[in-house]
Amino acid sequence: MGHSSDFDPAEAARLALEHSHQEGALLPILHALQGRFGWIAPEAVAWVAERLNLSRAEVHGVVSFYHDFRDHPAGRQVIKVCQAEACQARGARHVTAQLEERLGVKLGQTAPDRSLTLEPVYCLGLCGNGPAALVDGRPYADLSGRGLARCLKGVGR
Amino acid sequence: MKVYVSGDAAAVALGADEVAAQITAALRPRSITVVRPGSRGYLPAEPLVEVETPTGRVAYGPIFEEDVPSLLPVLLEAGPHPRRLGRLEEHPFFVGQRRLTFARVGIIDPRSWSDYRDHGGLEGLTRARALAPSEIIARINNSGLRGRGGAGFPAGLKWKTAAEAPGARKFIVCNADEGDSGTFADRMLMEGDPFLLIEGMVIAALAVGATRGYIYLRSEYPLAIATITTALATARSEGLLSASFDIELRIGAGAYVCGEETALLESIEGKRGVVRAKPPLPAHQGLFGCPTVVNNVLTLAAVPHILASGPEVYAGFGMGRSRGTMPIQLAGNLRHTGLYEVPFGLTLGQLVDEVGGGSLSGRPIRAVQVGGPLGAYFPRALFDTPFDYEAFTAKKGLIGHGGVVAFDDTVDLAAQARFAMEFCAVESCGKCTPCRIGSTRGVEVIDRIRGDQDRAANLVVLKDLCETLRFGSLCALGGFVPYPVESALQHFPEDFQRAPQAAGPGHLPGRSQR
Repeated sequence: MGHSSDFDPAEAARLALEHSHQEGALLPILHALQGRFGWIAPEAVAWVAERLNLSRAEVHGVVSFYHDFRDHPAGRQVIKVCQAEACQARGARHVTAQLEERLGVKLGQTAPDRSLTLEPVYCLGLCGNGPAALVDGRPYADLSGRGLARCLKGVGR
Repeated sequence: MKVYVSGDAAAVALGADEVAAQITAALRPRSITVVRPGSRGYLPAEPLVEVETPTGRVAYGPIFEEDVPSLLPVLLEAGPHPRRLGRLEEHPFFVGQRRLTFARVGIIDPRSWSDYRDHGGLEGLTRARALAPSEIIARINNSGLRGRGGAGFPAGLKWKTAAEAPGARKFIVCNADEGDSGTFADRMLMEGDPFLLIEGMVIAALAVGATRGYIYLRSEYPLAIATITTALATARSEGLLSASFDIELRIGAGAYVCGEETALLESIEGKRGVVRAKPPLPAHQGLFGCPTVVNNVLTLAAVPHILASGPEVYAGFGMGRSRGTMPIQLAGNLRHTGLYEVPFGLTLGQLVDEVGGGSLSGRPIRAVQVGGPLGAYFPRALFDTPFDYEAFTAKKGLIGHGGVVAFDDTVDLAAQARFAMEFCAVESCGKCTPCRIGSTRGVEVIDRIRGDQDRAANLVVLKDLCETLRFGSLCALGGFVPYPVESALQHFPEDFQRAPQAAGPGHLPGRSQR
């Protein structure tokens, strides 16, 4: 995830084939397309709509409903830092400010050079060891303590 | 001889993979197997390392990368080390527990089918196969098992309804969209004992006559997704799953509201996760319009034990109408965080002060939120409330999925109330007007109260808004968001009589931009 490239219908068709047996396959297909292309481009919406015999509005409605699906490319790395209550109680707000400063990007934004995106997430299930974050799907905890350095190392900073 | 290095997401998040790699490399010449079990559930000791000895496993934790060189020389002899915890069965965090559902989590290799069978796996299913569907349902009924997702609806009654509903196809849907902050029991179970969940679903399928199952698992749990994917493949090759009942894994996409059962069904069908009006109940018309049982991970995972040991054993634990055990999750600002499975009935104060060991920060605990973002904030004055569905309802709270999040005295409850409203605004599916718009108005009203604009009048507006949300919402998102707000108002009124302490802690940038 995190990388983005031009939408390729042939590649999309290959990915969608793996989901052809599934009932209600829209979410699995969108996950597959985003996993490959990094985001759900307008031409991907049109392609999926055609393929599943849905209107483009229906597909757009689903893409815009779910926080995971992107209608624009993310940075090459995606850092999701937990903002939920259990992490708040262990210092998430302070840690988020530290991450913003160290990474040079505000929460909810992508760096101008597209190197990374810093996003909020609401619970990673690491509530006893928080504050917690996911870096490209790898979990990090104890960000108020020793975990911050590990996390930044994972980001390559 | 085996060495165990926790492979649970919480341990991995603290560097367990690096610890396991170091230990594996060092022990390879001695042909010692390094196993990666789930978490034992005592989270301050993660990453946890255990070594097999003739008298049981001896634990060391937390073991970080830099601790490995000092641990290796003593590990195989279970020798002394500053981080040596001894046998966890004798550790204070474990002696008071009664592990029925989590008996194997942290003990077995979650990838190993033989480990599962050797530790009592499939006993429940074997019993169930000898019973008529109605007899399975009767046993679940007699156990008193209630839905562990939060609503506490009797599981046997839900199964009976789906079993009796006419339908060419029926479904078992496992709700693994564990979105409540402070909860991680579903994740721990799926990462530590995935075959237990699958066995529970197979038993449910036998009981209601289902031909297909779905596990709806949130995307925020990548390790659980990997473990369940592997376990489903193994279950197929071992014959636990087959053409007559197979399970498909579906991944969520970051929508909290999809933890609500009807929104979850919409999502599996490939739609926006918009809540459905009930009736019809999912048990009558659920997934693709067919009779469907939607149960939480912990509900389904409790089933094999009930069948294996008998419903009276399970029903023998607990208090009042809350029977059996509850995997309570201690989180937030506590010294001893973790998974604590006990019969219902311990008081909140026992959980926080005794088991949890007070605050991690060393400051006094001021508020405890039980039951996730839609749960009430309880002050110390309510710490005598026993952990029980009805007892919490009586105190205008809820136990939800069993998450307990402690805050010390630096917490600003007006900020927490604002956060609850803002979270509701971001996560509302948009179906009900009070939830879609009222939550945003709630944020604004709380801002006015904190900014001392007509404070007294706006406090009345906020209470009125909570009434509207409670009675004007279809599901628990809009219907329950008054719990954190009103409890903050009732128990911590002084926090609403002053300006915000620092930069708005409940600020949620990014997501609301969509």
